[in-house]
Amino acid sequence: MTDNPIERAATATPPRLARRIKGLSDRAIAWIFVAPTIFLLLAVNIFPLIWTINLSFTNFRANRPNREVDYVGLRNYERILTDSDIWLTMQATAHFLFWTIFFQVLIGFTLAWLINRKFKGNDLWTTIIVLPMMLSPAVVGNFWTFLYQPQIGLFNYVVSFFTGVDPSSFEMIGSVNLAPWSIVIVDTWMWTPFVMLICLAGLRSIPDYIYEAAAIDRASRWRQFWTITVPMVLPFLMLAVLFRGIENFKMFDLVVQLTGGGPGSVTELTSINLKREAFEKWRTGYASAYAIILFVTVFGLASVYVKALNKVKER
Amino acid sequence: MSSYSITEPSKRQKWVAGVLVILYAVITIMPLIWIIATGFKSPADAISYPPKVMFEPTLEGYVNLFTTRTRVSPEALQALPPPATWYEGIVRNRDMVIAGPSRYGERFLNSVIIGFGSTFLSVFLGTLAAYAFSRFKVPLKDDLLFFILSTRMMPPIAVAIPIFLMFRTLGLSDTHLGMILLYTAVNISLAVWLLKGFIDEIPREYEEAALIDGYTRFQAFYKVVLPQAATGIASTAIFCLIFAWNEYAFAVLLTSGTAQTAPPFIPTIIGVGGQDWPAVAAGATIFLVPVMVFTILLRKHLLRGITFGAVRK
Repeated sequence: MTDNPIERAATATPPRLARRIKGLSDRAIAWIFVAPTIFLLLAVNIFPLIWTINLSFTNFRANRPNREVDYVGLRNYERILTDSDIWLTMQATAHFLFWTIFFQVLIGFTLAWLINRKFKGNDLWTTIIVLPMMLSPAVVGNFWTFLYQPQIGLFNYVVSFFTGVDPSSFEMIGSVNLAPWSIVIVDTWMWTPFVMLICLAGLRSIPDYIYEAAAIDRASRWRQFWTITVPMVLPFLMLAVLFRGIENFKMFDLVVQLTGGGPGSVTELTSINLKREAFEKWRTGYASAYAIILFVTVFGLASVYVKALNKVKER
Repeated sequence: MSSYSITEPSKRQKWVAGVLVILYAVITIMPLIWIIATGFKSPADAISYPPKVMFEPTLEGYVNLFTTRTRVSPEALQALPPPATWYEGIVRNRDMVIAGPSRYGERFLNSVIIGFGSTFLSVFLGTLAAYAFSRFKVPLKDDLLFFILSTRMMPPIAVAIPIFLMFRTLGLSDTHLGMILLYTAVNISLAVWLLKGFIDEIPREYEEAALIDGYTRFQAFYKVVLPQAATGIASTAIFCLIFAWNEYAFAVLLTSGTAQTAPPFIPTIIGVGGQDWPAVAAGATIFLVPVMVFTILLRKHLLRGITFGAVRK
């Protein structure tokens, strides 16, 4: 070893090592490239998940960090699964999920089918239809509360224009009966283009010669639709439903801004309910158990669904 | 193209389809047009019945968006020197004076910083990971890829509980760095999946030729693969940016002042007796229009982006 700093610096990276770094083996490069991503996900996703599991067995409250924490075993889980309020929340979520997916599939598929008639300018109109989907749900949701205002809102005005009902006689957000539909309407407005785009890709993937062959065999249009179009678009449609299902199960921003879960708790979807438990009532342990139950539910349903999807694809 | 094809829709079919689709497009775009229009209305026009389609445009909403104002008595208003700027004039007409700037500018800037910061990071890390997944034998590749995707299934509120505690311990609450790291972690799954698809489409032969010419693997990556993947990287970046730009749940729970982005802020813009709708609409317009422009630019890759690369056209 020499004490001369210049020499030391010169030999700090010996040429052989430098060559080794430049010509790293593929295996080493693979690890170097993948490691930061995995590390980040472990730190920001997996570590918190484990922490949540741990918290879910305690009575910890995040607003009182200095209080002694007791392990309560499975009590949080037991309380959640037997809580009737949570079942109401689940019902609200199921209502929201079912009807948003129903309308989005119906309207989305119809639109895709119409656009696939290849009329002039269909590209332009497709792009316009797609716009709502890309916008911030919180900002747009907030503005919809203005459109839903009973007297002055555009929505009520348009409804009254076509039906003759007094526009100040119904409150989309304020009424217990209409509020669940107010969120379904906005979500459908926002996300129908998503289903439409995927269906359009499905329709465009069907080669013309199949229809030609069917036409030569004198299959009616109706029959062609049910025996060619529908089965070939089905895998695409199921994929769209999967995406919408997962997204709407997690739904938070749009509905929080629209109704805030109200009136009462008729539109309190699971995420909103969870936020209330975790960040307003500060029952951190309880909310953690709740979060785990939700995650297991999404994950379980999604895996079952993906299996079904793969079966359809194989056919 | 043949003169007649049995699969080509008839003229009448096309016409009917066109009319229906245009009708839907016009209805669906109305709320967006209404946002933009409301931004240019006076408060009275914004809440008139029936809703006004024709109105005299004013910039009052935009002035209110960027300023805070205080009411003064008519006598005090008379005593003031004449307004120095046009926006002072608009405010004076309402018996008010400008007290200072609002927080909208800061919040918008936060959205820009956090959006671009997290986009850069997730695309940078995502490109490296996607290249490795695309070209090398990574042990447990499919499991890792699925793991990366599955992080997207957690409801954000569920993840927010421990992140909230973690950030509090590490001093990352309400900081730009904390939000950038968080959004990077959320976006990276999208970045890896999309970019893997784009890189998969680049023929391996290009790199192999480069390797034979004496390039190292690393040189082949940044001199051959990266330029080929440029379009894919650009559209992935825009998708990450739009996501970070629109994100609300984490922002509302984990930020309150310094690092608060625009989405939690815009709904809190209030005037006299409730929300100041022209100002809210003005804030929303400035915030939403860039995304609309990006969407139009991206339309070719849109499907791919929203399905994590599962459906390619």
